[in-house]
Amino acid sequence: MLSKSQAKVFFLGGTVVTFAIFLGLSWNSLSNEVPKQTHEENLSPQVISGKRIWEKNNCMGCHTLFGEGAYYAPELTKVFVRRGEAYIKAALMSKTPWSPRGRKMVAYAMSEKEANDVVAFFKWIGEVDLNGFPPKPDLKK
Amino acid sequence: MKYKSQKVAYWFFALSMLLLTLQIIYGFIMAFAHMGYDVLHVITPFNTARAVHTNLLVVWLLSGFMGAAYYIIPEEAENELVSVKLAYIQLISLAAVGVIAIVGYHFNYWEGRKFLEIPRPLDWLVVVNVLTFLGIILMTLFKGKKRTTTSLVLTMGLVFAALLYLPGMIWFDNQTMDSFFRWWVVHLWVEGVWELIMGGILAFLLIKITGVDREVIEKWLYVIVGLTFISGILGTGHHYYYIGVGKIWLVIGGVFSALEPLAFLGMALFAVSMYRKGEKKHPNKIALSWTLGTAIVSFLGAGLLGLAHTMPGVNMYTHGTLVTAMHGHLAFWGAYGMIVLAFISYSMPNLTGRKLYDTQSGILAFWLSNIGMIGMTAAFGVAGVAQVYLERKVGLEFGDVQKEIQVHFAVLATCATLFTTGIGYYIYEFIKYGTPNDEALESLTKINI
Ligand code: HEM
Ligand code: HEM
Ligand SMILES: [Fe+2]
Repeated sequence: MLSKSQAKVFFLGGTVVTFAIFLGLSWNSLSNEVPKQTHEENLSPQVISGKRIWEKNNCMGCHTLFGEGAYYAPELTKVFVRRGEAYIKAALMSKTPWSPRGRKMVAYAMSEKEANDVVAFFKWIGEVDLNGFPPKPDLKK
Repeated sequence: MKYKSQKVAYWFFALSMLLLTLQIIYGFIMAFAHMGYDVLHVITPFNTARAVHTNLLVVWLLSGFMGAAYYIIPEEAENELVSVKLAYIQLISLAAVGVIAIVGYHFNYWEGRKFLEIPRPLDWLVVVNVLTFLGIILMTLFKGKKRTTTSLVLTMGLVFAALLYLPGMIWFDNQTMDSFFRWWVVHLWVEGVWELIMGGILAFLLIKITGVDREVIEKWLYVIVGLTFISGILGTGHHYYYIGVGKIWLVIGGVFSALEPLAFLGMALFAVSMYRKGEKKHPNKIALSWTLGTAIVSFLGAGLLGLAHTMPGVNMYTHGTLVTAMHGHLAFWGAYGMIVLAFISYSMPNLTGRKLYDTQSGILAFWLSNIGMIGMTAAFGVAGVAQVYLERKVGLEFGDVQKEIQVHFAVLATCATLFTTGIGYYIYEFIKYGTPNDEALESLTKINI
């Protein structure tokens, strides 16, 4: 039967080995895959500014991006293609809660510049290679 | 209790109960918003309610873990806590950071990264707080007479949890990098180091409640935490499928995360078989229910419901839908909510000297909260599956789908009411116990617990 010290070796050994593999894979992803898949060359100051606005207002508290976030409002990964610039800017700059289908969005009343930055961010987000996410609705007629 | 300084645990538990109550209130705000009654939109829009709900969850669980550690470490190390005064200061600062963060969320003072909404400046306060806590625990252990496996696993979990908070504090310009490291905190916490904390507390409870030999219990503890890390570390890959990193993670994440339920299965088998094996019949039936309950429900919520959407082919469709919320609720409740409540139920009679071992309200608390939570899980599940089908397969608009599934949130709110009633009973019991006192010291009561 397994002894306590063998069990301890299993725990410590397993941890060290899997953690080492994890670090190696992470290193590879961050240095080789991320720059290519996210088109890091397009990460302009405007895109970064858009990202900061996204964070500052906790947009992820209602929406998802890359499928991460909350489930109260639409997934926004492909919103730039789906809705286009004018629609997005209207939602962000609205002084009353944007509410196309009943649910209310916070009325951010953003300036033109802020709205443009967020749009640039969405455009960049939409071009990231996500291994096929979001899926195409295959039953759509 | 055996050591006077263990009393400090009580105040962490009291903070925990208070924050749990608030968490539930914000849960209802969101359930109503999903039903179409977003009446608090102006003061508490959905994103505020959500940040408060999930952060309160994390803080009440951490407060419970800290209280449990302050109770367990003196007893295992056979030494009073090195500084009770510092422990009280640490408690107050924990409460203060929590309050500032939660008030801030109502005034747009946050960073919109799910679960890590606490702004960076406040993060530093968290760091100081946790270092103080770890300092007290480590010094007590270091100066103590014994270093048991149970106390080492628990402490290791707490130290790693603190270390893993740090990757969440780095700034990134690239959303993919942000997400990548957010999971080092979120995933490696709940599917890694928190399981060590859970395992340590569970082992302590089983030693006390079943009377099975420590050597046997601690051997299996090593096996379980070994399974946890071997599957859980590389299992992080199940969050890397669709965030802008390579396809290798589909394989690595799929294979290793599919093994993660083994650790939870281990936990369930461990608790049940130690209970069967135990000769001692501990009178604290309520603590026993919660202890077996946490081991079993964590397997359902984290193990089985996690497995349900962890394969890349399934996750492609369920990723970021209410299916995730279904799993998140039962997993957090079963694994971490219930272990904290198990520990509080076990320790309260020992801290206060009142032996409310088998009361009606204690039993109601257990069953109502669990039945309520399972009902909530079902409601989220049905809503989630319908959402996945209508939105991701049929291709309907998000907003139109939400209208279709609104009714499930009425079911959610109903089951949540049941759940809340159970928690109400639990807190009623907690209050009935009163505060801890030195007369409850074992050397005075001569009762061996
Ligand atoms: C006690 C342990 C666990 C807890 C508390 C927990 C909790 C959660 C939470 C809160 C999320 C949402 C995270 C976010 O989007 O930021 C999540 C996601 C996820 N969990 Fe767990 N989980 C646990 C264990 C597991 C296990 C063992 C598995 C697999 C077998 C698993 C599989 C998943 C998957 C695949 C997702 C991603 C869902 C998505 O793509 O939207 N979880 N979990
Ligand atoms: C009265 C009880 C509760 C109600 C009505 C409730 C309701 C909700 C709702 C509506 C959401 C947001 C889903 C969305 O983004 O659209 C949520 C999120 C969440 N709640 Fe609760 N909740 C309750 C209790 C709890 C408890 C007791 C726990 C933990 C033990 C918990 C853990 C969570 C977690 C982890 C999330 C984030 C899930 C994710 O992002 O996938 N909740 N809750
Ligand atoms: Fe995970």
